[in-house]
Amino acid sequence: MAMILNDEQNLLQQSAQDFSEKVATIENFRKLRDAKERYHDQALWKQVAELGWTGIIVPEGWGGSEFGYLGLGLVLQQLGRHLTPSPLFSTGFLAAEILMQAGSDAQKDQYLPKIVDGSSLFAFAHEEQIRHSIHQVTCRGEKVAAGYRLSGEKVFVVDGELADYFIISARTSGANGAEAGISLFVVDASQAGISKVQLTTVDSRNVANVTLDNVEVSSDCLLAEVDHAFPILQNVFDKAAILMAAEMLGAAEDVFERTIDYLKEREQFGVTIGSFQALKHRAADMFVELDIAKSVVREALSALDEGSDEVPQLASLAKTRLNDCLTLITNEGVQMHGGMGMTDEFDIGLYMKRSRVANQLFGDSNYHRDRFASLGGY
Amino acid sequence: MDELAEFKAEVREWLEVNCPPSMRTPMPEAEACWGGRNAKYKKPDSKLWMDRMASRGWTTPTWPKEYGGGGLTKKQNKILQRELGRINARPALQSFGIWMLGPALLQYGNETQKQQHLPKIVRGEIRWCQGYSEPGAGSDLAGLQTKATLTGDHYLVNGSKIWTSYANYADWIFCLVRTDPEASKHDGISFLLIDMDDPGVSTKPIQLISGVSPFCETFLEDVSVPKENLVGGLNKGWTVAKTLLQHERDMIGGIGGQGIKRKVEDYAKDYLGEVVGKLADPVLRDKLAQYNMDARAFKSQGSRFQAELKTGSAPGAISSAFKYYGSELNKRKYEILLECMGSQALGWEGEGFSNRELSTTREWLRSKANSIEGGTSEVQLNIIAKRILGLPD
Ligand SMILES: Cc1cc2nc3c(=O)[nH]c(=O)nc-3n(C[C@H](O)[C@H](O)[C@H](O)COP(=O)(O)OP(=O)(O)OC[C@H]3O[C@@H](n4cnc5c(N)ncnc54)[C@H](O)[C@@H]3O)c2cc1C
Repeated sequence: MAMILNDEQNLLQQSAQDFSEKVATIENFRKLRDAKERYHDQALWKQVAELGWTGIIVPEGWGGSEFGYLGLGLVLQQLGRHLTPSPLFSTGFLAAEILMQAGSDAQKDQYLPKIVDGSSLFAFAHEEQIRHSIHQVTCRGEKVAAGYRLSGEKVFVVDGELADYFIISARTSGANGAEAGISLFVVDASQAGISKVQLTTVDSRNVANVTLDNVEVSSDCLLAEVDHAFPILQNVFDKAAILMAAEMLGAAEDVFERTIDYLKEREQFGVTIGSFQALKHRAADMFVELDIAKSVVREALSALDEGSDEVPQLASLAKTRLNDCLTLITNEGVQMHGGMGMTDEFDIGLYMKRSRVANQLFGDSNYHRDRFASLGGY
Repeated sequence: MDELAEFKAEVREWLEVNCPPSMRTPMPEAEACWGGRNAKYKKPDSKLWMDRMASRGWTTPTWPKEYGGGGLTKKQNKILQRELGRINARPALQSFGIWMLGPALLQYGNETQKQQHLPKIVRGEIRWCQGYSEPGAGSDLAGLQTKATLTGDHYLVNGSKIWTSYANYADWIFCLVRTDPEASKHDGISFLLIDMDDPGVSTKPIQLISGVSPFCETFLEDVSVPKENLVGGLNKGWTVAKTLLQHERDMIGGIGGQGIKRKVEDYAKDYLGEVVGKLADPVLRDKLAQYNMDARAFKSQGSRFQAELKTGSAPGAISSAFKYYGSELNKRKYEILLECMGSQALGWEGEGFSNRELSTTREWLRSKANSIEGGTSEVQLNIIAKRILGLPD
């Protein structure tokens, strides 16, 4: 288990830190938020691709660096620190991962280089309900002469409004809720029958609801074997949970550090508020939670690189842990900043909003505790 | 075969021959082997097992060979522990000497002190107890009042200690004493080793809520202690004390990771039953999942800590984080166990309850001490706030 970073990983972390401190700053994010358009900065995205982060998990044959999940996690953690909105998660991870697992050689040749050079953006359209579920797929994929006809509604598709391509899960057989009968398709977003409604979300990111109205796609669009996408989805969602936890860790670290600084700076009753034990103990408690969270994220990321059997458990563990930790730290962060914490001008509120969304994505804590228990056989 | 693989094969073979079958069974608390001059062994095999392990130095695997230890590297020790675990071997010897005094002596003791005390700890010949707390000095340990006055080449010690675990069974006590009443609190304390057979030392057991009596009041009246028994320098005792406390906290924190071997969910299944593969009570199931996740996360923190120890990047006060989280976790485990057991958890002794049920109830009560002994949870939070976060007093 790689609990300590090696030199290469340290370098990567450093470059991500520089980038998020100097380029992908919160001020930059505020501008996107206030512009209320697509919540996307194309210039920044170009730099992300130039830094090679779009290809971190992609094999060299397709232009990637195959640096691994821990590497990608380190980058996401740093971007999480400054709330950097970027399509890296959807394109550089979700799409790359699914294509690597489920794509034919031809499909990989067609799409992976576009992911790595940043020229195309992808979105993963899977969820259909207000809560994360892998099984609940009602969107239909009917076999027709030339390929498949897709119909249904996908909700809260991250980067959905930006995407040049969608990866879509659809039911090609079986009843809603069944594991068998789910298939994956990669579809050009401009295809007739696809319509999108951009959502304005609390965390000001690019998200859309997507409607598929008899979208005719060729057989070339089918990923993996028809009806058998479930295990792939499971694995992808485990990885997604862990990588999202990495992003959340960055956010938690930042809010925690700001809060501790404030405790040392703000004076009331003639003393710094950090001398009050009621606050000290809560700060120490947060430290412990955060320290454990760091360990869990690091262990889970290494488990991905090592292909450990414990990945499903660690995924649920990491996501729950970071959901709860970031919720705690953002809530306490606001409270300990007093009235200042409630202002829009101050950044902590932005983290609290992102925390709420990140909690929801890929399963909230209730979902993952239930799953962890099931994996444990009780 | 590389060296480690060779070592592993050798360990396995040695254990096969030397670990008696009766020492490969779960160990009731009462059969734990603590060693000492007056040790009584419920099973003769316990003594045999201890002696054999001690002959290899494996009661203290990583201590230097020159003091009787095993001289193993961390990696070798890991292998040894894994092999011991594989055959469910009982701990051959447990003691405050191993967990607390030994590491402190290795760091602060002089050569004579190390030669005199360490080998006896390794072989289980001397049992130690810890004389820190006093009636007036618990969390505020540095407020201790037990006095040691130098008269000739001896210290004359007067005062009383309290909550001294197993003082009534121990042979020697390591004590914090005040050697300079004029100096500020922390600067007038020394670390002194006292033979409890010396005249003037007496103990009086105190009963715990769990019904057993593992600790005592310890009285020191005009006890004469050779001045060579001072460890770490005159009035430098606080430094030694703190190091030792870190070892103690790591040990108590570790409880959260291990404790009873049987999984809590297995108890839960026995008492609650299942409905289509899930525990019948969904609320308890959720609590249990939360507990198990926290315990797993705590284990992860432990591995990171071990890795960071090697690179020296872990802050010393991190022991307080372990102690805090691990002991709170252990208390939570017992609360959940008792919830699962319903009225079967309410027995004190006698019929109507299995032995396991009765001991679980006692352990539940005992677990409450985890967040008190070795410094309370509140004190650990104070330490984290001050030493790690740098928050002002
Ligand atoms: C089972 C058991 C075994 C033990 N074994 C030994 C042993 O072998 N040797 C030994 O020397 N000692 C031993 N102890 C003693 C133990 O270290 C002390 O009980 C402990 O340090 C607390 O001291 P106290 O009991 O005086 O409580 P107090 O210090 O009086 O604490 C009472 C309450 O006040 C809180 N409190 C105190 N100060 C603060 C503060 N500054 N901020 C916030 N809250 C505060 C505490 O957290 C606690 O909740 C043992 C204790 C137990 C329970």
